[in-house]
This record gives sequence, C-alpha cells and structure tokens, in this order.
Amino acid sequence: MPDEKKQFETVIGLEVHLQLKTKSKIFCGCKNTFGGEPNTQTCPVCLGLPGSLPVLNRKVLEYAIKTGLALNCKINSFIKFDRKNYYYPDLPKAYQISQYDSPVCYDGFVLVPQEKGEEKKIRLTRAHLEEDAGKLMHDHNANCSLVDYNRTGTPLLEIVTQPDIRSAQEAYDYLQILKLTLQYLDVSDCDMEKGSLRCDANISLRVMGEEKLGVKTELKNMNSFKAVKSALLFEERRQEGILQSGGKITQETRLWDENKQMTFTMRSKEEAHDYRYFPDPDLVPFVIEEKAIKGIAENLPELPFDKCNRIKKEYDLSDYDAWVLVGSLETADFFEACAKLHRNYKSVCNWISGPLLQEANARKTGISGLKIEPKRFVEIVKKSEDGSLSNLGAKDVLKQALCSDKSIEQIISEKGLAQVSDDATLEKIADEVIKANLSVVEQIKSGDEKPLGFLVGQAMKKTQGKANPKKIGEIIKRRL
Amino acid sequence: MISEKDVKYVASLSRIHLNEEEAKPLAKDLEKILNYVAKLQKLDVKQIAPTSHVLPLNNVFREDIVRPSLTQEETLNMTVDKMNGSFKVPKVIE
Repeated sequence: MPDEKKQFETVIGLEVHLQLKTKSKIFCGCKNTFGGEPNTQTCPVCLGLPGSLPVLNRKVLEYAIKTGLALNCKINSFIKFDRKNYYYPDLPKAYQISQYDSPVCYDGFVLVPQEKGEEKKIRLTRAHLEEDAGKLMHDHNANCSLVDYNRTGTPLLEIVTQPDIRSAQEAYDYLQILKLTLQYLDVSDCDMEKGSLRCDANISLRVMGEEKLGVKTELKNMNSFKAVKSALLFEERRQEGILQSGGKITQETRLWDENKQMTFTMRSKEEAHDYRYFPDPDLVPFVIEEKAIKGIAENLPELPFDKCNRIKKEYDLSDYDAWVLVGSLETADFFEACAKLHRNYKSVCNWISGPLLQEANARKTGISGLKIEPKRFVEIVKKSEDGSLSNLGAKDVLKQALCSDKSIEQIISEKGLAQVSDDATLEKIADEVIKANLSVVEQIKSGDEKPLGFLVGQAMKKTQGKANPKKIGEIIKRRL
Repeated sequence: MISEKDVKYVASLSRIHLNEEEAKPLAKDLEKILNYVAKLQKLDVKQIAPTSHVLPLNNVFREDIVRPSLTQEETLNMTVDKMNGSFKVPKVIE
C-alpha cells in the first residue's frame, strides 16, 4: 500500500499583551516607566499590602476603549474586574486583577493587508484590562530567583484573536498591522525588546476539511515578531511529524528557545490552571456611557488602512508606495508635508522611501530623528529633477544636510557638488574621453552600442561624478 | 460528596499542607457547609441581576497622576531575604 500522507491545515490564535503608556500604573500612582532601579516604583497597593485599595486609572480605561474602537470591537456598557488566583513569586497579592466575563472590548476584527491590495479578516474575541506581574530573574550561582516588583501593576490590554490565522506568515502580518495601528493610536511603545508588547501563540493542526479543532499547544517566550514566526513554523513541523506517524499531540505550554530555534516543554512549578475567578470586591463596577464612547470615537486618528487608501488616491501612488509611506506615522506626515511643497509626488515618495529611510535606518532612528525638514528635503529633490544635481550628488547633499543647518545652496557650493551641464565644458570632456578610448569608439562605430555606457562612466570619473550623465551621453553619441 | 482528594486539592491550591488525620474531618465539615449553602439553590433568581458589588457605587476613578512610591529600602525592609535590591525567593525555574 502506498504511504499516504495526510494534508493538514494549521490553525493559529494569538494573544497580545500590550503595556499601555499611561504616566502612572493601573490601580495606583506609582510611575509607569521601564528600566528603574529594582523595587523603587512600588507602593502598598501594587505590593498588595493589607488595607490598601486599588482605584482604576481613568486614562487606562480611555486607552482601552480607544484601542477597542480602532480594532472594530464592541465596547461593553458594563464592566467589572475579577481576581485571577494563583501563586507565583512575581504576583505579590497571589491574585492578578483581570477581567473574566465582562471585558472592556469584544467581537472585533483586524484587516491584514495581503498581496495585490487584498485583505484578510482576523476576528478578535476580546480585549480586556489587567495588571502586569513583577519581573523574575534567575540567579544560577546563588540557586535562587530575584523579584523586582516595579512592573507590578503596569496597565495591560490583552488582545485575543479567534483561531482565524492559517500560517506563521499570516501571524507575522497580523502582528505587523496590529502594531502599526497601536502606534498610530499612541497608546503603547509597542517595543518587544522592552516587553511593552508580548505575544503568546496557540497552534494546532487538523486534517484538511475537518471542522473540529485539533489539540493545541501554547507557545511562549518569543521576543520578536520574527521569533513568533519561527516558533510557529517549528511547532507546525513538529506537530505534523507526530500526527503523520500516528501519534497524539499533548496539550501543553512550550517555550521557544531562540538559540536552539526549537520549542521545549515548559518545566514549571506553577499549579495546574485553576484560577477560581471571582469579582474583586476592592473595585466597584464601571458603567460606560454611549456618550463617552462616542467622544473617544470622534477623536480617533486616521488609521493605517484609511491613510494608505487616501494617500494612494490623493497622490496617485501604488499600493506598495503607499504602504511604505504609512509604515510609520512620521514618514507619512513627512511625505504629506513635502507633497504640499512639491507636486511631483512619485519623485518625493521615491526619495523618502529610498535614500531618506536608508539614512534613518542606518542611524536607527525615525525620520524625526534626522536633521532635515520638508523644505530643504524638497529642494534637493527638485535640484535632482532639473539636472542641477546628479543622482549621486543629490544623495551626497542629503547626507550633508542631515548633519547641518546649512542651506542646500551653501552645501552644494561648499562641496562643489553642482552638476556640470554647460555644453562647452561637457564637449571638452567628451573629446578627451573619445581620444583616450579609440578602440572602444571603433566598436561602437561598427554597430555595437553597448560600450557607450563605458564612455559615459569614464566621463563621470573625469568630473568626479559631476557631469550630467544624460547630457554627456548625448554629446558623446553625437561626436562619434 | 466531598472526598479527601477534593480537600487535598483545594488545600494545595491555597498552599496548605494537610496530613491524613486533618483531611478526613475537613471533608465532612466541608460537605456540611456546602449542603447548608445549597439551600440557596432552591430560590428562583431568574428575575434578579447578578450582584457584582455590594456597594451601590459605580465609576470610581483616579486621575493619571504620579505619586511618590516607597523607597527601595522601605520596600525591602518588609522581607526577610533580599539580594541586589530585589526580593530573594527559592528558584522557580529549573
């Protein structure tokens, strides 16, 4: 009998924990910042000392509603907080204040851009508020763990998808557009390295065509979107291997090991999940009025999808170009400021998405971290278009402009970067090049035009790149 | 029926160590308590909204303002075991 291989479908759901960037913590006035000396940002409330009372930070609820609306969620008119009970040293109260059955947001969706302008809808089950736990460090020499409670009580919004994701790449794309949306909303730093955005993944396989979900594993400890993708790809292969050989998947939590590029069963002393949720009597419920929701909705910023579509239309750009520009809010803003000054939108777009973003990336900053404003930038673009700067020359001027306040004219004259376009000079150079390369000239004369580029290159070299390449090309051709 | 196993499970969730002699009578006690409370099940509460809080209060907020925290010293004075500015606990991961 031939060895029949089953076809499997991958089913993925993601949970994103997002730290909201309020000034203070969710239930107390401690500073909500990353990187302080251990245990210097704690108080009786976030340490869970007897007699202390948590009070909800108004801004936290506002950010949660704002995010929920941007993610097309419904907002619950009545919410409350519940205690999730478990023992772990990073949880000083032995319970986490979370939301069990009345999350702030529910029933939303995220549209993920696909190739050719298509989009895929990933449904969201819910987004609820909770408090972050402390940070554990493990000291292998002293055989102990150290706890820093600064992070305890940091406001978290947990955003949970339906099992709508069908591949590791789709999971990656979802995370990208989610992060971009959150950055536009300005509710979080979204910095995975600092832990302000964390992602756990549930993955299972089922025989193609089957309705029922297979047994899933939960993946944790991925520290970048790339790691999420790699962990999912690894787990997909691992599960398929087991299923193909007739084995069964064990439902468990697995940790991603970035060095080994593998997932491993988590060995933890944490109890079986039995959280005994109940309403937290320390916090009163919240009634969210339609009016309040409307107020927040009216103040939502233009979101990536809308901005992309508008920019595409308004400036007659391709889907690809528009997505590059809306890839960060400041890039989009910079482009629109430039477009006001110069109507050759495609050219402005190319100069931003090419040279300018290259410089920004090389310096590991955004465009706002560069010392150039739309006015001088557009001047460079214009000078490259009208031939007063060569392409290379213009890039050079841009580099210089990034590290000084000097005017573009001044940079060009100081560096002698102006492109040589006057006929007399160019004709002289053309003559010299032709004389020095007679054998090449013969080749061209006999009908092979390919070496013409070589002659232009020689002319450019002679002028240290300052000759107008189009013009010198024409002159050489004419003189042959 | 509350078994000794149930008692031990509940005890373990609360990190309470019980030996056999302690667990046995507790199973009986727990069962009595549950039976007593079970009377409530007979009431018809279909028309009553679940109580989520006993106080007739809603929407108690604080503004997003930073207040002084405890110092590291004040915080760590509350523990018996500390190291490098942190609480020291038995190792929790292999």
